[in-house]
Amino acid sequence: MISNNEEFISQLADKYGRNRESLLPMLQEVMDQFYYLNEDCMITIAKELDISTADVYGTASFYSFLDTNEQGKHVIRVCQTIICDMKRKEDIIDAITELIGIKPGETTHDGKFSLHYTNCLGACHKGPAMLINDEPYTELTPEKVKDILVSYMKK
Amino acid sequence: MATELKRTELIFREDIDHSALIRKIMKMGKDSFITELIESGLKGRGGAGFPTGLKWKIVKEDPNPVKYIICNADEGEPGTFKDKEILEKASEKVIWGMALAAYITGAKEGYIYIRAEYKYLSTKLKIAIDRMESHIRTLGINFKLGLIFGAGAYICGEETALIQSMEGRRGEPTNKPPYPVNKGYLDRPTVVNNVETFVNAMIIADIGAEEYRKLGTKASQGSKLFSISGDCSKEGVFELEMGMTVQQFVDEFGDGDTKAVQVGGASGFCVPRKEFKNTIIGFEGVPTGGSMKVFNSSRSMYNILENYLIFFEEESCGQCTPCRVGTQQLLHGIRAVKRKEKPKIYLDELLRLAYTMKYASKCGLGRSVGNAFRSIIENFREEIVY
Ligand code: SF4
Ligand code: FES
Repeated sequence: MISNNEEFISQLADKYGRNRESLLPMLQEVMDQFYYLNEDCMITIAKELDISTADVYGTASFYSFLDTNEQGKHVIRVCQTIICDMKRKEDIIDAITELIGIKPGETTHDGKFSLHYTNCLGACHKGPAMLINDEPYTELTPEKVKDILVSYMKK
Repeated sequence: MATELKRTELIFREDIDHSALIRKIMKMGKDSFITELIESGLKGRGGAGFPTGLKWKIVKEDPNPVKYIICNADEGEPGTFKDKEILEKASEKVIWGMALAAYITGAKEGYIYIRAEYKYLSTKLKIAIDRMESHIRTLGINFKLGLIFGAGAYICGEETALIQSMEGRRGEPTNKPPYPVNKGYLDRPTVVNNVETFVNAMIIADIGAEEYRKLGTKASQGSKLFSISGDCSKEGVFELEMGMTVQQFVDEFGDGDTKAVQVGGASGFCVPRKEFKNTIIGFEGVPTGGSMKVFNSSRSMYNILENYLIFFEEESCGQCTPCRVGTQQLLHGIRAVKRKEKPKIYLDELLRLAYTMKYASKCGLGRSVGNAFRSIIENFREEIVY
């Protein structure tokens, strides 16, 4: 496993270059691969880029889309900002909780889904809005959100 | 009678031959185009309002052999979605606008820094970038354009934080000066412009400064994209001339029961009904990055203010005390007043805190929290207290 990680990170460093500017894109690729930043990867990245592990962790922890604790395969982010709030984002959260049994901040036992609140997704005019991984979903209703989640359960 | 709002249709026009436009500018000469850009009065469309022509001129005149062009696509101001619409429908114009900036300033490399939330646009953008790069090579211009993704941090829309983030660091704003035009990405002279600004530069290249100046008002030239949402008769992105009053706006977009309009996002100003008639939208009145949020009388202004403060408290980078502690205290403060744990005059203390934040915070985030806070407390005090 460890040697696997090392190889993966070294390939990323080849792809992006061994300089500080490569840190964010590398972390983002680790996220895509493992759904969170495990310690091992962060240590290896620090070595590859010749910076301290604290620097890698310090940078990663700044960004809300870079998680340092385990996340589900599909990360659901529901917009909590004012327009979506007015358009009843709570109903969307409730529908999700009802279907997959987790509240914001939690991950399902099977590791399939995590649920989070997020800030304005730039889809206010089509709120309530959410993101699953990179995909935006808008004009949500509790029924619509259930159909969407069911399609992810099969993935 | 409501007066008709002046609409324009420049930004999403499709009949533009971009490479022909660049050829036209090449004939015209770099300095003449900069003069044209300055004369057009175009100011940065991200909200800060720095003259674009001047920015390009400073970078052009810098002898440094390496320069960068950066497009700030880290749109994140609550209620703003016009950059996304541009990237969806007119990405070519953005990309060619960046190529134009590269030609004028002599930069060979550029990046679009786009928020993680818009990552789904990347495939389309990459195709458009490839097309532009090969086209522009035939004109003898070398310009490489890359995509960089944010990772969920509103503050990275602040240009110095954006540069920090591109350099692989925490997105914490740095002091200005030095300005990015002198010492930007990797310490090189850098043009950082908003998505909409690059499009406007292309429009000016097309129609010329004189035509462009005819739109809008003296302080706010040109047309502007507005992101309109909330309790509206219609929501979405609309291209309007600046300089209209809030009343004109509400007549067209309100639902007939508008209580307040938040102009310029969470960091902008809340305009109450009694001020609609004498408030102008533009640099001479309430400035705006283009976000217009409409609230009708069923909405609680307390909930709105609390929602904004939660946003700022989460998005403050935490680097400087007035903003880190200030955002927390404002949020706790209004909650305490609402729960009657504090007397209502406590709001005045909070107003003083917001004022201090305006002057003691390091960047625009901390400095502008007080805008919405003050305008909501002053106009809707009862709603906050009871
Ligand atoms: S004002 Fe706020 S966001 Fe800006 S540098 Fe200070 S703490 Fe960070
Ligand atoms: S408020 Fe939810 S997308 Fe903007």
